[in-house]
This record gives sequence, C-alpha cells and structure tokens, in this order.
Amino acid sequence: MSNQTGTELSAKKSGKFGQVMAKPEMTALVALIALCIVMCILRPETFPTPTNVFNIMRQFSLTAILAVGMGLIIITTGIDLSVGSVIAASAAFGTYIARANEGTPGIIVLLLILGFGAGMGLANGLLVSKVGLPPFIATLGTMSIGSGIALLITNGSPISYQPTWISVFGGGYIGPVPISVIVMAAIVVLGFIFANNTMTGRNIYAVGNSAPAAKLSGIKVDRILTLVYVIEGLLAGVCALLLVGQMNSADPSFGKSYEMDVIAAAVIGGISMSGGEGSILGTVVGAALMGVLKNMFVQLAVSGYWQTVILGLIIIGAVAIDSVRKKRATR
Amino acid sequence: MSKELICRLNGISKIFPGVRALDNVSFDIYSGEVHAVVGENGAGKSTLMNILSGVYPAEEGTVEFEGREVHFKEPKEAQEAGIAMIHQELSLAQHMTAAENVYIGRMPKKGIMIDRAKMYKDTQDFLDELGIDYISPKAIVKNLSVSEQQLLEIVKAMSFRSKMLIMDEPTASLTEGEIKFLLKIVDNLRKNGVAILYISHKLEEIMEIADKITVLRDGKHIDTREKKDMDEQTMINLMVGREFDQSAHREFMSDYETRKPILEVEHLSDARGRVKDVSFKLYEGEVLGLTGLVGAGRSELLETIFGAHMKTAGTIKLDGKEVKIKNTEDAINHGMALIPEGRKIQGLFLKMSVEDNMTMVYLKRLKSTLGLLNKNKVKGIADEYVDKLNVKTPSLQQCVNNLSGGNQQKTIVARWLMNGPKILFMDEPTHGIDIGAKSEIYHIIDDLAKEGVSVVLLSSEMPEVLSLCDRIMVMHHGELRGVLGHDEADQVKIMSYTLDSAANDAKESQTA
Repeated sequence: MSNQTGTELSAKKSGKFGQVMAKPEMTALVALIALCIVMCILRPETFPTPTNVFNIMRQFSLTAILAVGMGLIIITTGIDLSVGSVIAASAAFGTYIARANEGTPGIIVLLLILGFGAGMGLANGLLVSKVGLPPFIATLGTMSIGSGIALLITNGSPISYQPTWISVFGGGYIGPVPISVIVMAAIVVLGFIFANNTMTGRNIYAVGNSAPAAKLSGIKVDRILTLVYVIEGLLAGVCALLLVGQMNSADPSFGKSYEMDVIAAAVIGGISMSGGEGSILGTVVGAALMGVLKNMFVQLAVSGYWQTVILGLIIIGAVAIDSVRKKRATR
Repeated sequence: MSKELICRLNGISKIFPGVRALDNVSFDIYSGEVHAVVGENGAGKSTLMNILSGVYPAEEGTVEFEGREVHFKEPKEAQEAGIAMIHQELSLAQHMTAAENVYIGRMPKKGIMIDRAKMYKDTQDFLDELGIDYISPKAIVKNLSVSEQQLLEIVKAMSFRSKMLIMDEPTASLTEGEIKFLLKIVDNLRKNGVAILYISHKLEEIMEIADKITVLRDGKHIDTREKKDMDEQTMINLMVGREFDQSAHREFMSDYETRKPILEVEHLSDARGRVKDVSFKLYEGEVLGLTGLVGAGRSELLETIFGAHMKTAGTIKLDGKEVKIKNTEDAINHGMALIPEGRKIQGLFLKMSVEDNMTMVYLKRLKSTLGLLNKNKVKGIADEYVDKLNVKTPSLQQCVNNLSGGNQQKTIVARWLMNGPKILFMDEPTHGIDIGAKSEIYHIIDDLAKEGVSVVLLSSEMPEVLSLCDRIMVMHHGELRGVLGHDEADQVKIMSYTLDSAANDAKESQTA
C-alpha cells in the first residue's frame, strides 16, 4: 500500500486517564464525588449514614429509572415530555380496574400498568417515526392527554389500592435496602448493557448520529425510533407500579413535572441534546447528583426556593463546561 | 453601450485539502458582455465564482474590480461593490412576498415602521425595468414557479445596482419557454451594460447567448475565445482535452459472452421521477462505470436498486432470479453494498468510534447468546480491516470525525468489505480525498473485481471512469443515454452523451 499523504490526524495524545476524564459524564461524576466529600465534612454525623444514603437513593430512584429511557430517546435526537403524565395515567388505569374488580391479582395489575405505560410509549413512538411529528410536539400532546386520562379516571382525587404484594414492591425493604433502589440498580445495569453491548443499542446511537447513514446501513430507523419511546413508556409504568405500591393509591398528581428532573438528569449526565452520544451511566450520575443536592439542602436547612434556583444553575453549568470543552477541542 | 474592462482575474489559485481547485487562472470580464464559463464537474467553475462573490478568498492571485484590487471577506462586501451571484439552489424566503425578498435585511423605513408602500412600488419599478411585469411584488414566493423565483433573484441582484452578475446554471431546472424568456432578460441586462458571468452545461444555450467563452479544466484556464471562434465540438474538445495516464488502467474484461450477469435491472423508475425506465446488466467481476452530470439521477438509480427509495416500476434480478427489495436490509441480505456520496451525512456516524463505524453492518453476523455483542470479535475484525486497508488511526476507539477524508472513506469501505458483498455500489468514492488515498481505493476496486465482485462505480471524474471501468453507462435527466465499452469510450464521446447539445438530440432522434 502506498504512503499516506493526507492530512495528519488531529487526535490529541493523552493517556488512558486523560481519555477517561474526557468523557462527558465525568464532569458530573467528579461533581457528585466532590459534593459527597463536602457533605461528609459538614455533616459527619447525619450524611454518611446508611439510612441517609439509602434515603437519598430511594428519592432519586424514579428519576434514575426514567433517565435511562430518556437517555436513549435523547441519543436518537428526540425528547419525551410525557413521562410524568404517563406515570399518572397508568397508575390510575391499573388501580381503577383493580378496585372495580375486587380481588384482582397483583400480577394482573402489574401487567395492566406496564402495558398501559408501554402503550402510551408506543403512541409516542409511532407519532414520531411514522407520522413524522417532531418529538417535542408529539410528546407535548400525549403529556396533556396522559394527565387528562389520569384526572378522568380518578375524578381528580386519589383512589385507593387494596394492598397486595405490589405494596411490598413499592414500599418494602430487603435488609436496609429499599426495593425501589434494587429495581433502579437492575434497570440501570440492564440499560447500560442494552445500550453498549447489543446490536439494537448500537443502532440507537447510529440513528442518533445520522438517520440517512443508518438507513443505508440496513438499520430500520422507524423501528428504532419507536422502540426507544416504548422503552420509556414501559419504564414510566415501572415507576407507576412503585408509586402505587408505596402509597397504596393512585394519585392523578403522580409524576407531576418529573419530565424536567429526568431531562435534567440526562443532560447533567452528559447526554448531548444534539443526539448520538452519551452514556447511560451518565444519566444515573446526573440523577444521583440531583438527589444528593436535594439532601444537602435539607441537611443544611437551605430554603426550598433556593433549591430550584441552584438546580437551574447546575443544569446550565454542567452543559456549559461540556460545550466549552468541546469548543476548545475543535480549535 | 461601449464595452469596458470591469473585472480582471490575475493568477487566481485556490487549494483545498488534497486538491488544487484553481491553478493560476487569469482572464478579463467586460461590461455589457455575457461571458460563459464552461468545464466538466470539478473543473473549478464553482470555486472561481465563490471567490469572485466573496464566499472565500483566493490563496494566490488578485481580483481587480473596476480598476481597484478587491479582497472580499464575505458575500456582502462583494454585493456592495457591485457583484451579485445567483446560486443554483435559490435562496429566497419562501413564506415572504416577492418585494420583501428583494429588500430582505434592508427594507425601507418610515420612522420605525417598514414603509411597505415604497417597498412594493420600488420592486414594481425594478420588475418593469427588466420587463418582468407579470410577477406581482405582493406575490408569496412559494407560490411562484422556479423560473419566476429565478427571475426574482435577478431582480434582487439588480436592486443592488450590481455591475456584474454571476449566474450558476440558471436554466438547469427550467422549461424550454422559460429558458427563452430568461435569456431575453439576460440580453436586456447586457444591453444595460451589466457584465454577466454565465455558467452552464448547456452548450447550445451558450452558443446562443454568450459573447465570450472561457474553458476551465482541472482548475486551469484553458482558453478564452470570442463566440465566433468557437463551436460546440471545439468546446467539448477543450473541456476534456486532457491527457491521462493510459498505462494506469486495469486489465479490462472482454469475455462477456462467457460471463453471466449477476444483476439485471429492467425498466426501473422511482417514485420521485429521478430515475426513468432504466435497464442495464452488471456482470460478475465487472467494474461498470456510471457517469453523467450532477443531478442526472445517478445516485438515485443506485439508491433505488439498494432499497433506499421506492421504485414505481421495473424489476431487479439477481443471478437470473427476480428479487423483491423493500428496504436496505433486504439489499444487504442479497449481498449488495452501497458506499454513498456525501460521506459526512450519508456515510459516517460522526460521533462514534472507528470501530463502531466499521462494524455497523457486520454486527448482525456477530450476534451471540442473548443478543449480546462479542466485543472481542468486533475488535478483531475491525483490527484486521484497519491493517488490510491501511486506515491511519491512532486507535479503534478514535472518534471517526478526527480522521482525514481518505481514512474516513476507507473506514466506510471497510464497513462493506467485511460483509463480503457480491455487488458493490460506489458513489463518488474518491470525492474530496487526497491522491494517496485515491490510488488505494483504485487498487481496492481492482482487487475486488479480480475476486469476482461486481462493482458499479459512480463518478464524475472522467479519467477515473476511463481507467477503471469495463463499460461505462451515461445518464442524463434520469434516463440511460448509452452504454459504452472501454474500447469505444473516450472523453469526447462520454461528454457528448453527458451534455445537452443540439448534435446529441439529433443523434437521439435518429436512433429512436
């Protein structure tokens, strides 16, 4: 073969450590660790206790579960605003049917809730892939429809659920570990493997990088786009199940404004809104960062109003650090 | 009106990575003249126009406009100096009125409000002046036909009181009648003393409208002549008259009788009307060239066969058996591969690694238990092809966007070769890559053909097509104009199939 005469590679030489640190999710991870260290110093008695740690994890578990799916959606350059209302609607749907038919087994309720969530996700997916709606518009519509359905079914106030094993599932513990944290861990691990070690996962990244190139590589782009929304719908169903179990009721306000936290977690965790890149582990780090932060505010007795302001600053800061870094890299 | 020197080009050169797009080009342009610029695809016409209209600067040489040396940093400066360009792709705001488009960014004001009355009146004046009074200044642009939009672009250019107007293939998508009218308007402008730089592939039209004709070839200025010293045949000869290295060609196929066609396409048409009733055969181990002008439907033909576009008519046979190809996955399963044009959009996954980019199609074969990827096998095959194709990358995990154009292209070639295709479509595979990588790609094509893989090489570069292809198909406006064997093909012949020329139309009507 002849000698290479083309432009030389512009890749920077850096060690393994440099390569790892250059990953976008690392910003969030470093911030998370720093925050934990600061809290250990400021509140050595109350912060690093198992109770508090699991408490924090329980609190961000739903955000992290949803962030896995949201991450996949954003990687395809999409967005899902409807997650919160899908939780409310599927919780209401399952609980309503269980109440109307006394003695409905837990497994049926589980299937109803997950099925409803996945169905809403399928609707989102088809609207985006087949009808060709922009994801923002499609899911803005289903967001409204979802909360409308929840309100219609519950008539505006919580309806109770006759406890079954689902209650254990939502509110129970194994040793000191809340079951919802175990569910989160399982979903995160599965999500990570799915994204990184399966062909479908690779195809999701490919579609997000370039849909035309993906099509010419024999990837069924529509199917991939539909799939990510179905996954997110299913995960919303899982969250609905956890919430119903925890509260033994279905409240139409379940999941309210979750979409913002979930999108924030994904973005803080280094998933680029322009799609095609980002790690599923990053989304969890993003969710954890927000969880620890909320806990910090409580422990330091900072006003809840400040929390909202600071959270906004963190979202902007996390993404800004990343864009500045990228700008430098291209220079 | 007297003809005065308005613009002088002095030794203009422009270098893009790997190519010298313009090489020491000098000629003069006079006011009140239509100056046509002709040349093959890639001869440097667009580059020259972009330099003149301030899109980018020249590396060497100077432009003198109205006696002063000018250095435009952006199109706006050129526009203010009096040079306007009408691009092939029109750039009007579709939802605004004709007048708003003419005055976009500089609408007349009354206080802080836009003075619409003045804007519409002034636009009407310009329209009247040019004799295009049938367009209303209040018409919404998206309701205008392509030709009307083109005329509006001219009005817009003239509203700047431009002294030189650059037109890039203005008649490419117009009908006969519309062309006549446009040429009349161009004639009016000439009479008003405007200098017009006119780029076109339509030689007949050039013979009709031009006063002077400049021929570019491979970025070099070949000749500028008065129209009376030029005819269509001379133009073609000047355009292609390059000598290329005959010794570089492959061992061509000649034993067609003993070979069997692997792919037979019969009467293929696509849904968008870009491919019309195309039939051809591709033989085992053959390199079949596909050429024609940009926009002749070449890419669409390959993409339609490959299942990326809907076909509305026609059949596709593989090994003599008719097959249904509904999507690209079907095509891949039938042993086809397509290396698309437009590396960065259709080819690469820019944010992904070299390894991911290479193995995107092959992955399916590596699926193991539970659908998990066998990362070692993926890495193994990617490593093998990095060596085989000599892809220069620091590691397999390198982001593909950081590679040079040639190495990016080899990454895509690897993606398909590792799949072991029987039929390989290559769409402008050497576009924008350096000479070293180019010759490597030529070697790959040759090797593949020797192994019995059939290749369709779509290329606009004549030497490439002539030195590599056993047969050459020429497309024109979606139709197959002709198939030439390597022994009968030469640049002049191909060119005459490629272009719109009177001689050719006559030939066609004879054969029909």
